[in-house]
Amino acid sequence: MNRRVVAYFVGSVLRIEAALMILPTIVSLLYREEEWIYIAVAAALSFLIGWLMSFRKPKNMSFYTREGITAVALSWIMMSVFGAIPMWHAVSHIGFTDALFETISGFTTTGASILTEVESLPKGLLFWRSFTHWVGGMGVLVFVLALLPEASGDNIYLMRAESPGPSVGKLVPRVKQTAKILYLIYLGITVTEIIALMVTGMSLYEAAVITFGTVGTGGFAVTDNGCMAYNSIQQGVITFFMIVCGANFNVYFLLVAKRFKDAFTSEEVISYLSIYAAIVIAVTINMRNMFPTIGEAIHHGLFNVASVMTTTGFASADFDTWPMFSKVLLLAAMFIGGCAGSTAGGIKVSRIVIGFKTIRKELELLVHPRSVKILKFEGKPIEHAVLRGINVYFLTYITIFVVSLLLVALDGKDFATTVTSVIATFNNIGPGIEMVGPVGNYSQFSAFAKYVLMFDMLAGRLELFPMLLIFMPMTWRRQR
Amino acid sequence: MKIIIVGCGKVGSTLAEHLNQEGHDITIIDRHAEKLRYLADRIDVLGIEGNGASVATQKEAGVSGSDILIATTNSDELNLLCCLIAKKAGNCQTIARIRDPEYYNEMRYIRDELNLSMVINPEQAAAAEVARIIKFPSAMKVDTFARGRVELIKINVPEGSALDGIRLSEIDSKLHCKVLICTVERGEELFIPHGDFQLQAGDIVSFIAPHSVALTFFKASGAKLTNSIKSIMLIGGGKISYYVAKMLEETKISVKIIEQDFEKCQSLSEVLPQAVIINGDGTDKQLLDEEGIGVVDAVGNFTGIDEENILLSLYEKEMSKAKLLTKINRITFEEVIAGLNIGSIINPNSITSDNIVRFVRALNNSRGSNVETLYKIAQGRAEALEFRVRNESKVTGKPLMELKLKHDVIIACIIKGNKVVIPNGQSVIEKEDLVVVVSAERGLKDLEDILA
Repeated sequence: MNRRVVAYFVGSVLRIEAALMILPTIVSLLYREEEWIYIAVAAALSFLIGWLMSFRKPKNMSFYTREGITAVALSWIMMSVFGAIPMWHAVSHIGFTDALFETISGFTTTGASILTEVESLPKGLLFWRSFTHWVGGMGVLVFVLALLPEASGDNIYLMRAESPGPSVGKLVPRVKQTAKILYLIYLGITVTEIIALMVTGMSLYEAAVITFGTVGTGGFAVTDNGCMAYNSIQQGVITFFMIVCGANFNVYFLLVAKRFKDAFTSEEVISYLSIYAAIVIAVTINMRNMFPTIGEAIHHGLFNVASVMTTTGFASADFDTWPMFSKVLLLAAMFIGGCAGSTAGGIKVSRIVIGFKTIRKELELLVHPRSVKILKFEGKPIEHAVLRGINVYFLTYITIFVVSLLLVALDGKDFATTVTSVIATFNNIGPGIEMVGPVGNYSQFSAFAKYVLMFDMLAGRLELFPMLLIFMPMTWRRQR
Repeated sequence: MKIIIVGCGKVGSTLAEHLNQEGHDITIIDRHAEKLRYLADRIDVLGIEGNGASVATQKEAGVSGSDILIATTNSDELNLLCCLIAKKAGNCQTIARIRDPEYYNEMRYIRDELNLSMVINPEQAAAAEVARIIKFPSAMKVDTFARGRVELIKINVPEGSALDGIRLSEIDSKLHCKVLICTVERGEELFIPHGDFQLQAGDIVSFIAPHSVALTFFKASGAKLTNSIKSIMLIGGGKISYYVAKMLEETKISVKIIEQDFEKCQSLSEVLPQAVIINGDGTDKQLLDEEGIGVVDAVGNFTGIDEENILLSLYEKEMSKAKLLTKINRITFEEVIAGLNIGSIINPNSITSDNIVRFVRALNNSRGSNVETLYKIAQGRAEALEFRVRNESKVTGKPLMELKLKHDVIIACIIKGNKVVIPNGQSVIEKEDLVVVVSAERGLKDLEDILA
């Protein structure tokens, strides 16, 4: 373990965070709020610590998988701790645990909140809260990679540890360029949505905050009842961008590179859209009586299924009151999540598709025990290592899920609340059902349960393994 | 530049590494995902799994926007196909590795008629290097600049030589020849020496001089540096041995090849009528003694097994005073091998890769950078570069003593038309000159980069 290099990267991330905090400080100043000082102080603190950790480039820059994974996990934890400072001080009735929960929920694009009466909070603070979605959506280290002057090949380890999906590749030969392209696409989508929302009549501030929640697939809004207050055109715009950001960003790169054929035949995106359409149809048929017209039912079906499947967590209607079948279907969509290489959470469509293909292959093997079949995804044979990774992922996923469930159950909340709170945080969605439903929140959990859920959020965002690895003594042993 | 490399073998990955270091964007195509992953984990390149000769794969690798495609798979025909297709699909420059001796005489035809930019044969390139070294037996390596008019020569300073203990500023007065010492390797350290630097026995010295002066320098430096080679024994009758023998055919040097395989011996004797072909095991001590290992002037250990070559060289070092040449295919422990002091190391893969890198540099040169030739010296820790002065700049028109150079850079040689000048403080660089610069800093792009 080359600890110097890990510290160097964590330090760089903190410095970037400090720079990013300048934006909410400005917003706070524009609205003449006194709380700007808290954000500014947090930024200064973050910069100072970050600078102390990274002002000198380590001599030994050797960097392997474990350094990459540890750097990513630690960066996310440190970044959340510093990101929590403004809220901790500016909001009178919450403690550090709550502030940290809210910030981790922000960075991991979960959108689970412990705040009540959001409307009364200072605008600068809410802006920062939503901005964490935007930052966390594409990943901070990817951002660092895009800015880092000289990137070596080892940096792919960083990108791989932070980007969601079973196998992370580059779009162009250089990591730095790839990171830049991803962020440019991301920025493009963000700006487009802000403009679209402003056209429908939102103020710049509100459009920006909602956009951060959408493109990061986070789900923090500016009011307690989320997106229910917006008109159907605005909700339609949000639906569209949620779906856009739940799809694999490689497709947008292919589109920009004018490789239309490759883009439109992406197996993952086609599967993603088909699953989405199927769930929307089933849910709409099931809950059509909840709404006065069938058009409205379809509208809310589209919105809420998109919101849940892309793990955003906005709600245009309180789906907690919908029939059981719809609720269960929405829960199923929560597990599936978006595509690999998107900003969404969940298990990811590619894993689900490959998982089903494996099941089918095993069934065929029972009928024809000597048959030979190569599994393909996106028209290419799946490497054994990827397949194994997916199987292990499923097992680990279930293990963490059950253990978290047990720990949260100690709180003694009702069954639906306990189960869906874990589902909604682990898959980075936000709202669950009952107490944590679209109109509820997480403030009533004990501090212990909150820490468990925080771990789940980070584990879910970072694809499980980084968060487990930092608890292994083996990782930290000095070898060289 | 955007470069596609097909084939992720030894040459492919060495190339990818060097070209990547020089700031090019590399995409590498190979059939084996494992190899690609291993490479992409070490260096910042994009790996594409697939058949490099397929249009779809080449398109995926972005052949249409690429500048060069380099085919280095282990099949000559596949390499040619890759290049032909890339030419049609992307209209880029193409380089193919062709190693089958059957094509030896057809290289030029293949290159010109199939419209390739460069054809490279690793064994032939290695043999050319061997032939060059044999011309300078006491040299460990010889590189040429200005189309062969100036040579960069690497020698080992032997004990008791006139060079032992000499200061660089005294060389001209004591030995009466103008040479410029560019780099000195002493143990692990590399020096770009200045006038008061004192040489020691055991130093590995690279110097630059025109051919005739280099010979005088050898004579003057005493010791047994001057023997020219009259006979060479090649152990292992592989491709390199064949090319070396072929290249030496017209000289007076007698060639003896020891090869184990009888049929190979037969075919060698067929194509090399002047050489003596011995059928026997090159690692048989008695056979070596019998064939006169103690009296030949040079021995090339070119069997297919690196370890065997190294052991043979170690043995020969004890037994004879012959100039040793050792072929090593995989240079993984180069520090150790360098420490063994077994003469010149011949690595066909790195020679191939160096040649291609040189070509890419020259190509890049037509778009901004002015490097004509580039050699890596001291295991890549220093570079010797040849610049063409195309227009007036900060370095031209002034005596060199007025220029403020970077610390680890020296101007080794200035070529004005047909005149080779080993520069001193009064020398002036003018337009249209060729300038050879030695630098411990990598990636110089322009002559002005040498200024501090």
